[in-house]
Amino acid sequence: PMQQMSVYGPVVKIHPVVLASIGDSYERRNEGASRVIGTLLGTIDKHSVEVTNCFSVPHNESEDEVAVDMEFAKNMYDLHKRVSPSEVIVGWYATGFEITEHSVLIHEYYSREATNPIHLTMDTALQSGKMNIRAYVSAQMGVPGKTVGVMFTPLSVKYKYYDTERIGVDLLQRTRDAPNTTNGLTSDLCQVGGAAGRVQDMLATVLTYIEDVLSGKQMADNSVGRYLMDLVNKVPKITAEDFETMLNSNINDLLMVTYLSNLTQAQIALNEKIVVL
Amino acid sequence: MATRKETPSTPTAPMASTSPGATLDSPVKQIQIEGLVVLKMIKHYQEEGQGSEVVQGVLLGLVVEDRLEITNCFPFPQHTEDDADFDEVQYQMEMMRSLRHVNIDHLHVGWYQSTYYGSFVSRALLDSQFSYQHAIEESVVLIYDPIKTAQGSLSLKAYRLTPKLMEICKEKDFSAEGLKKAMIGFEHMFEEVPIVIKNSHLINVLMWELEEKCTVADKHELLNLSSSNHLEKSLQLLMDRVDDMSQDIVKYNTYSRNLSKQQQQKHQYIQRRQQENAQRQTRGETPLPEEDVSKMFKPPQPPPRMDTLLIAGQINNYCQNVKEFTSQNLGKLFMAEALQGHNS
Repeated sequence: PMQQMSVYGPVVKIHPVVLASIGDSYERRNEGASRVIGTLLGTIDKHSVEVTNCFSVPHNESEDEVAVDMEFAKNMYDLHKRVSPSEVIVGWYATGFEITEHSVLIHEYYSREATNPIHLTMDTALQSGKMNIRAYVSAQMGVPGKTVGVMFTPLSVKYKYYDTERIGVDLLQRTRDAPNTTNGLTSDLCQVGGAAGRVQDMLATVLTYIEDVLSGKQMADNSVGRYLMDLVNKVPKITAEDFETMLNSNINDLLMVTYLSNLTQAQIALNEKIVVL
Repeated sequence: MATRKETPSTPTAPMASTSPGATLDSPVKQIQIEGLVVLKMIKHYQEEGQGSEVVQGVLLGLVVEDRLEITNCFPFPQHTEDDADFDEVQYQMEMMRSLRHVNIDHLHVGWYQSTYYGSFVSRALLDSQFSYQHAIEESVVLIYDPIKTAQGSLSLKAYRLTPKLMEICKEKDFSAEGLKKAMIGFEHMFEEVPIVIKNSHLINVLMWELEEKCTVADKHELLNLSSSNHLEKSLQLLMDRVDDMSQDIVKYNTYSRNLSKQQQQKHQYIQRRQQENAQRQTRGETPLPEEDVSKMFKPPQPPPRMDTLLIAGQINNYCQNVKEFTSQNLGKLFMAEALQGHNS
C-alpha cells in the first residue's frame, strides 16, 4: 500500500552553504551544459524540511533525453553519510529558471530515494535580474482513471543560519564591496570598532526616523514606538557608584589576566634561553 | 619572515610538486579562501563537533604563483572505535575521484582542524602537518576556532611549519643538542600565513540576495560584555599547560643534576685509580688495568626536548589569545562606561 504523501507545512529552510555550493557547481559545469543538478541533503521534521548540504551529480541533457549518473549519486551519498549520519536525501536542485519535462523525470527518480522530495531551483543565469531561489513539491493532478500528471507546487523558502554561520556570512558580505572581491580578516579592537560602527549606523537610521515623525514628515507607528521604548529601557539604570565599582572590578580582572599572560610569556622565553646555554 | 628565492611554478595544469628532492622553496605568502570553504567548515563543526572534539577535513585547491588558493574542502568522519575497518585513505581517494567528475579541484593542498580555546599545538598536529608538508610543499593547516567565532568574528588562521622545524622532523633528532643546533625557539615552530577571502561574482550576487532576505542578525555577540566564562576556561587550560611545563623543567633539572653527579663520580673514580696505580708502582706491583670508565658509568638518558617546545608554543598561543580577548573587552567596557555617562 502506497504511503500517504504527507504535505509539509509550506516551509523549506535552507542554509547558505547549500546556495554557495550550488553556485560553485554551476561555475564549474562542463562545456555545453546549460544547467547543473544535484542532490540535497538535510533533515526532515514535522513541520519543515531543513536543507543543510548538497552535492552535484553529473548529468547529460539534450533535447529529447536526459541521463543522470545514478551510481555516482549513490556513491556520494554513502560517503557523505559517513561524516554526517543524520543527513538524508530530501530532494534535488537544478539551476535555471524553468521546470522542464526532464525535471519531471529526474524528480521521479528522486521520489524513489526520498519520500516527497523537494525540488529547488536557483536561477544562476539571472534571467529575471534576480536569483529567484524557489522550492517545489510535486503533487499528482489529473482526472482519476486517466493519465496522471505532475504539478509542482511552490513552497515558501526561508533561510536558516547557525550563529556561527551568521557571523561567517557577515564576513563574506564584506567581500561584495571590495573592488577586486578580496577581503582580509580583521583582528582585535578593529572588530569591536566595526561592530560599534554598525550599531551607530543603526542608531542614526532610527534617529532620522524619529526626527521625521516629530517634524510631521512621517506617520508615527505605535509598534515602532514600543520598540523604541524597549530600546531606551534596555540601558540599565544603575547608580553611578555601583556602576563605577562594577566597571573597575571588571577592568581589574582583565588587566590582571593580561599581566599574568605577559609574565608567563616572559617566563617561557627566559626558560628557553637558559636551556640553550 | 626572511625573503626566499621565488621559483616559478609549472605553467601546465597544476600538479602538486611531490618529488621530495625538488628544490621548490616556494614561499606561500598568502592564502586565498573561497567563501564556500569557510561556510563548509563552519557547518561541519556545528553539526558534528559539539564539545571538545576536534573535527578535521581536507582542503582542495591549487597553487598560483605565491598564493595558495583553497577552492573546496570535504570533511573527515570522526574516529569511532566501532569502525575499526574504516579505511581513511580509501575514503579520501573515493571522495577525490568523485569530486573530479564534477570538475572540482581535486588536489590536496592542506587540511583543517577545529580547536578548543586555542589548544592545537600538539604532537599529533605536528606529525600530520609534517607528513603533509613533506609530500606537498605548499600545504597549510587551517585552524578554525568555533568558540571565538561564536563570540562575534570569524577566527581562522593558517599555519605552516618553518623550514628549520621541517629539518628537525626529517632528522627525527629531538634531543637537546639537535634543537640547540637548529636554534629553534617556540616562536619559530609555526609560521602564520595571512588569509584573504575571495568570492566569485556569482557568489557575490548570492550574498546580495541573502542580504535582502534577512538583513539584521538577531544577536550581536561581538558587543557582549560578559567575559568571566571565557577567561576562566582559558586560564584553566593555561594553568594545566604551565603545570606540565614545570614538571618538564623538574625532570630536566634532575637530569642535569644526575649528569653532573655522574661526572663527579667518574672523576673521583679515575683519580682513585691513578692514586692506586701510583701506590702500586711504589710497592712494585703491577698496575691495575685501566677499565673503560664510560661503560661503568652509563650516562643518564637526556629527556626529549620536543615536548617542552610544544608546551611552550601552546602556552604562548594561550597567552596571545587571552591578551586579544582582554583588549577587546576593555574596549567594550569603556564603551559601556561612555553610554552610562550620558545617562547618569
